[in-house]
Amino acid sequence: MNSPLLRKIRIALSLVFFIATTFLFVDIFNLITPEVSNKIVFLQFVPSALKFIALVSFTTFGFLVIFLLTILFGRVYCSSICPLGTFQDVVNNISGRIKREKKRRFNFLKELRILRLSLLALPIVVFIFGSAVAINLLDPYSIYGRFAGNFFRPILAGINNLFSSALDSFKVYWLSPFEIHAFHVIPFAITFAFFALVFVMAWKKGRLYCNTICPVGTLLGYISKLSLFRVVIKEEECLSCGACARECKASCIDSKNKTIDVTRCVDCFNCLTSCPTEGITYTFSFGKNKEKSEEVNNSKRDFLTKTSLYLMSFSAIAAQVEKKIKATKPSTVQIFRKIAVSPPGSVSVDRFNSKCTACHLCVSACPTQVLQPSFLEYGFTGMLQPRLDNIAGFCNFECKVCGDVCPTGAILPLELEKKKLVQLGKAKFIEDNCIVKTEKTDCGACSEHCPTKAVHMIPYEGKLVIPEVREKYCIGCGACEYACPVTPYKAIYVEGNSIHIAAEKNTELKVEKNVNLKEEFPF
Amino acid sequence: MKRRDFLKSGLLAGATVTLPGVYGNLFARTSSTTPPAYDLVAIKGGEPDAMFDEAIKQFGGIKTFVKKNQKVLIKPNIGWDAIPERGANTHPKLVSRVIKHCFDAGAKEVYVFDHTCDDWKRSYTNSGIEKAVKDASGTLVTGNSESMYQEVSIKSGKRLTQAKVHELVLDTDVFINMPILKNHGSTKLSLCMKNMMGVVWDRGYWHKNDLHQCIADYSTYSKKPVLNVIDAYYMMKQNGPRGVSTDDVVIMKSQILATDIVAADASAAKMFGMDPVDVSYIKYADAMGVGKMDLSKMNIKRIIL
Repeated sequence: MNSPLLRKIRIALSLVFFIATTFLFVDIFNLITPEVSNKIVFLQFVPSALKFIALVSFTTFGFLVIFLLTILFGRVYCSSICPLGTFQDVVNNISGRIKREKKRRFNFLKELRILRLSLLALPIVVFIFGSAVAINLLDPYSIYGRFAGNFFRPILAGINNLFSSALDSFKVYWLSPFEIHAFHVIPFAITFAFFALVFVMAWKKGRLYCNTICPVGTLLGYISKLSLFRVVIKEEECLSCGACARECKASCIDSKNKTIDVTRCVDCFNCLTSCPTEGITYTFSFGKNKEKSEEVNNSKRDFLTKTSLYLMSFSAIAAQVEKKIKATKPSTVQIFRKIAVSPPGSVSVDRFNSKCTACHLCVSACPTQVLQPSFLEYGFTGMLQPRLDNIAGFCNFECKVCGDVCPTGAILPLELEKKKLVQLGKAKFIEDNCIVKTEKTDCGACSEHCPTKAVHMIPYEGKLVIPEVREKYCIGCGACEYACPVTPYKAIYVEGNSIHIAAEKNTELKVEKNVNLKEEFPF
Repeated sequence: MKRRDFLKSGLLAGATVTLPGVYGNLFARTSSTTPPAYDLVAIKGGEPDAMFDEAIKQFGGIKTFVKKNQKVLIKPNIGWDAIPERGANTHPKLVSRVIKHCFDAGAKEVYVFDHTCDDWKRSYTNSGIEKAVKDASGTLVTGNSESMYQEVSIKSGKRLTQAKVHELVLDTDVFINMPILKNHGSTKLSLCMKNMMGVVWDRGYWHKNDLHQCIADYSTYSKKPVLNVIDAYYMMKQNGPRGVSTDDVVIMKSQILATDIVAADASAAKMFGMDPVDVSYIKYADAMGVGKMDLSKMNIKRIIL
């Protein structure tokens, strides 16, 4: 089959997946419901596989569909479904336009097989040892999620705010400004480093990232060795003119030797229409493509050693980072949170750290922006995974959207009534920082915001009242910490539970419900 | 880094710019009608909308306060992501009825907002007020964006001398204050003057600098509500201001309308079962001459349906 239609279908499909997935991450208007969100990310390979493991259920079989598609048609996940793949196509397309070259400028590159296989083995081995950190750094969907959440979302917010402030000056209130509540430099910088890497590789060499670094690309690439349909060169028709290789953004066509490296072919179909003689075609050709063994690039042999050294150095930094609770003006008692607070439904910090790929879909979906990417708050193995940042917001009592959207099962969906009793951590009150003690005036902002009245006000000096925490009712939502006006160290903060437990339901004194509506007014 | 630093920097710099408007004290309401027959109207025993219909009649209808082509601001309490039955937010039926009255009197535009404590979108939706405002053709505006707040000075303030106030307070001709009567952990009661915390940006300052005095101070600010409507249909008796469940609520089916904000709060405190003197901000505001908490010399209309 040589029809240009294949390429057009591929482009149309990629745009559908790309736009839908991107919109999920930039949706500052909360237009997309969790149900729709789940459908959009259903086919994302790594999250679906992890959710399958987490839930041990066939309800999350998206990754099996991808396996099947790969065995049938090759790496269609990479060509159309993976948002990072399409992102690279977009970057490369722009680069091609800017360089004003009529012909694309690709050529055949040798496979860096050891590097590819090492980067495939690394996340799997690390995952078996109980940490998702390598998956979270390398999963293409999660990487793209972080790009979209960190870069594209603020751009959309900026555009929105520009329009809303313009309309505002005419007293038109169709659009509301969107405020970004927090900015964490290091997670942003890490994401930016990845962004720069992928961007440069895509700008210069098309899908080089997918075919060198991406473990999903490597896995599906080797599975596609079995694929029924694939791009093949018809030896008798091929003139070895190299036209197809110049079009190949995966740099996998060796036209001199008339071979295609099927592990690197991303089924973009750009080559099909380039051939002057119909010497290259996409067809049913199980096991027909000839392969030639390649030389191994020895310089990459020590990659694993270097990587593990690098990773270990991070753990050393992690031990030294102070998990300080920031603010701006002086109060006296310093506070250091020992355990970061993980989202409701994550069950325990360890479980969460071992399942979350840090795609930040929950960060985008969280209405209060309390979920923020971490650096080393969870330690190295939880890098970039979301945590509750009570300076940015607090966990809304009536909301459970993070569990509903989580594509990996790291945050399990909870019934709302159950979620309201999940204790993520416990509020700790530091009397020496509290305004009621230091200023001798009423405040009570913490108790006002407390949804369970775990923080309540008890008599203090004179007519003053001061907060008291009843831990059994506390769910660790952080509303008290968010509301506390004391700076720089809050007078109340949430210490995370390493394992979430159930809080007691506050069923205190029902009020007298009988009111005599015919009684005279007391004034 | 503070969130605002990030917003203001880089690509968002242009986005937070608001055009410098002329925000003078546009409070002077030109009214040539005869003064209302009553200082305060208290009513009970009906639905929120029906009670308002009856109560506003005693003032000669809303046209006593709202003139043709005026822009009106209604400030209910929409602080929490809670359903109406929880008694945490002003009743949506009352909001929608007051908007309707304003439009009937010829109002050009009726705006509604609150600087919420919970997420504003969820609070607007789940309080039922979003729908109520939409149904009545009012305009719901966010109160949770600092770019919409303007710095003003509070000349007679003791502790609070400056505040960032929502632009709608300054831009509209008529300001109707519409709190819900409820228990409050730190100020004892949440009422009309307390409801004003929802029109300013930095509430933390109030909490840090003698909350009661700041509440009283703000009530001296020149752009005052011309009418206070206290919703006491669902009354939160305990665990306020947020409440835990409907167990905290008694159904009082009451409403108070008053032009004097201190008198309104004093009467509502009594209705709640407290002596107004025990709510410090009422006492302070009375002493500062904002209004009168002594109800004995007031002309009060009491209606039991």
